[in-house]
Amino acid sequence: MDKLKLIIQREFLAKVKNKSFIIMTFLSPLLMVGMGALVYFLMKKNEEKVKKIVYVDNSGIFSKETFKDSKTVTYEDYTKLGVEETKKKVEEGNYYGALIIPKKDSLEILANSIEFYSKDSPGLSFMGEIESKVETRLKNLKLTKFGIDLEKIEASKISSDIKMYNFSGEESTKAKNVASIIAGGAAGYLLFMFVLIYGTSVMRSVIEEKTSRIIEVIISSVKPFQLMLGKIIGNASAGLVQFFVWGIIIFILSMVLPMVFGIDMTEMQSTRVTPEQMEAMKEAAGGGKLERLIKEVLDLPLLKMFTLFIFYFFGGYMLYSSLFAAIGAAVDNETDTQQFMTPIMLPLILGVYVGFFTVINDPHGPISVIFSYIPFTSPIVMLMRIPFGVAWWEIALSLFLLIITFMSSVWIAAKIYRVGILMYGKKANYKDLWKWIRYSS
Amino acid sequence: MNNLLEINNVVKRYGDYTALNDVSMHIPKGSVFGLLGPNGAGKTSLIRIINQITMPDSGDIILDGEKLAPKHIAHIGYLPEERGLYKSMKVGEQALYLAQLKGMSKSEARQKLKYWFDKFDIGAWWNKKIEELSKGMAQKVQFVVTVLHSPKLLIFDEPFSGFDPINAQLIAKEILQLRDEGSTIIFSTHRMESVEEMCDHIALIHKSNKILDGKLEDIKRQYRTNVFEIGFKTDNQDLILGELKEKFEVSTADFKSLNEGLKLKVKLINGNTSGDLLSYLTSKGEVNHFVEMVPSANDIFIQAVNKTQ
Repeated sequence: MDKLKLIIQREFLAKVKNKSFIIMTFLSPLLMVGMGALVYFLMKKNEEKVKKIVYVDNSGIFSKETFKDSKTVTYEDYTKLGVEETKKKVEEGNYYGALIIPKKDSLEILANSIEFYSKDSPGLSFMGEIESKVETRLKNLKLTKFGIDLEKIEASKISSDIKMYNFSGEESTKAKNVASIIAGGAAGYLLFMFVLIYGTSVMRSVIEEKTSRIIEVIISSVKPFQLMLGKIIGNASAGLVQFFVWGIIIFILSMVLPMVFGIDMTEMQSTRVTPEQMEAMKEAAGGGKLERLIKEVLDLPLLKMFTLFIFYFFGGYMLYSSLFAAIGAAVDNETDTQQFMTPIMLPLILGVYVGFFTVINDPHGPISVIFSYIPFTSPIVMLMRIPFGVAWWEIALSLFLLIITFMSSVWIAAKIYRVGILMYGKKANYKDLWKWIRYSS
Repeated sequence: MNNLLEINNVVKRYGDYTALNDVSMHIPKGSVFGLLGPNGAGKTSLIRIINQITMPDSGDIILDGEKLAPKHIAHIGYLPEERGLYKSMKVGEQALYLAQLKGMSKSEARQKLKYWFDKFDIGAWWNKKIEELSKGMAQKVQFVVTVLHSPKLLIFDEPFSGFDPINAQLIAKEILQLRDEGSTIIFSTHRMESVEEMCDHIALIHKSNKILDGKLEDIKRQYRTNVFEIGFKTDNQDLILGELKEKFEVSTADFKSLNEGLKLKVKLINGNTSGDLLSYLTSKGEVNHFVEMVPSANDIFIQAVNKTQ
C-alpha cells in the first residue's frame, strides 16, 4: 500500500510539474473565455451596425406602422422616388437594401411578388424578420376583409401551461426539462472529456515508461498491477486538480470580465434572440425564464445526482483508463496506438451522441434505456437520464453491470499490461493480446 | 548455509515455448556468479523469475534459506540489460523514489545517496534531469540506484554495456568491492573477457537448458587440454623435434617472443607429465617459454555449446 502511495504521488507530480500541463491548466480557461468574449464582441459589433432599408410601396397597404425601426434596422419610405431611382440610390448610397412592393390585384399574388434588392445576400434570419412583418400585415388585412375584429383576435389570445407530474408527485415543467438537459448534459460531457483527456494521458505515461526502458527497474520493485493502478489514480488526481482550477478560473473570469468591460449579462441573454423569439420563449417557459430555470436546477435531485455522478465517474474512468493502460503496454510508440484506440473511442463517442440526440428527446425510450445499461456507454447516458428521474432498480442494474465490467476490464488490462510492458520490437495484434491474457503469471 | 540462492528445477513456459527447462543452480554466498549463455538462451527469463517479475511454472527458489517471497524484493538489486530512467525527472528525486520503492526510508536513502554520489563525484547532478545527462552519466546514476539499498543479492545484466573502458573499470572495481563487503553477485553476460576477470562461479544456459555450472577453476580443469606452448632454443632442432614427436603430440605454435628458436604446441600423451616434458627440454637446450594453454571462458563457452548440438 505504501508503494502504491509512492507511485500515485510520483505520477501526480510528474503530471502536474509538466510544463505543458501547467500551461494548459491556465491557458485553456483563458482561451475558452476569450473565445466566448470574442464571439460576443463580434456579435455586438455586428448588431451595432444599423441596417438602413428603404421601401417602395406601390400597393399602398404598408406604412411605417408595419416597418417599425428597431435597434438594428431602420426603414425609410422611398415610394415617391419610384422603383428605378430608388434602386440606383441604394446601389450608390450607404443603404443595406431596397424592398420593392408592387401593386397587385389580390393579397395572395402580392404576397409572392415582393422583391428585395441588396448588395450582399442577406442572412436568413433577417429575411425571416421582414417576411414575418409582411405576413402579419397581410394576415391582418385579410382578417379585416373577412369581417373579423382584430381587437377581438388580440383579446382572444390565451396561453396554457399544462403542469406535468410523475406518479411520485414531483412536478415536472418544461423549464425543469431544460434544467435536466443542462445538468445531465454537463455531467455526461464532463465525464466524456475527463475520460478522453486523462485516459490517453495514462496511456502516454505507460508508453513513456516503456520507451525510456525504466519499466523493468520499476517492476522489480513493485507489482505491475500496483504500477498500473498508481498510474490510473495519479493521473485522475492531476486531472481533478486541473478541472478544479479550470472551474475556478472560468468562474472568476465570467464574474470579472463583464464588470471590466461593462458587459450587461442580461443584455447578452437578450441580444442573441429577436424580440419575437424572446416572446415565444417567455411563453414557453411561463415567464421569468432565467430565474425560473435557476430555481428548477436547484429543485433537481442534486444530492442524488452528485452521488451517482461520483459513482459513474469513478466506474467509467476506471473502465476506460485501464483499457488505455493496456493499449499503452501493448505498443512501443504512440503512432502504433491507432488500431487499438478505435474500438475504445467508438463506444465513448456513441455514448455522447446517444446522450445528446436521444436522451434529450426521449429520456425513457428504448434506445436511451438500453444504452444506459451497457457499461461502455452507461456512465454518460445514464448521467444524462438521471435528472429526468430514473427508477432506482434501473440505476442499480446499470451500476452493477458497470462495476462488474470495470473490475473485469482492470483484470484483463492488468494481464495485458504485465506481459506487454516487457515486450519490445514486435508490433502486437489482437491475437497476441489474447495470448497474453491467457499466460499464467 | 553456503548458498545464498538455490534454484531448483525451475520450468518456465510462454505458451508453447519453453524458456527454461528444469534449470537448477546454486549460487554460493559472497561469490560473483557468471550466468552465461548465447542470446535467447533463457538468462533473462531466469533473472526475471529471481526478481519475481514473473513466476516459474514449476520449481522453487530459495533465497538465504527462505522460499522466495515478495518481501525479498528489498534484498535484491537488479540492473537490467534494458535500462533506463525517467527522462524528465531530476536525478535526486528519481533516486529517492526508486530507493523508497525498494523499501528504504527517505532519510536513509538520502544519506546513502550522498555517500555514493560523493564516491562517484556526481553530487552536482542532483538537480539535473536525466535527459540532460550523457548516456554514460545516466548509467552511473543507474548503478548507484541498483546498489543503494545494500542488497544481499545483486543482479547485473550486461553491466558494462554503455560504459567507456575507464568507467567500466570503475564499475568492475565497485562490483568486486561489493562482493568483498558480503554481497552475492549474479553477473549475466556474453562478453567472456569480463567473465575471466570477475567470476568465481559460472553457469552456462543454452536453449533453455543449463549445460554447465560450477567453480570457474574446476570447469577450466575439466576442460583442460594438457597442451603446453613452448619456446626452445637448441643447436640441433631436427633431432630434438623428432624425439619430441615420438613422446608427445607436437604442432607448430604462433606466439610473439623476443627469442629465436622453435615455437611449438606440445600435448601431453601416454601418461607423461609436464615435469617430464620440462626436464627433457632443459636437458637438450634453453627453454625461454613454457605455458600451459588454459582454456579461456570463451573456448569453454563455444565448446560446451557445440557439444550440445
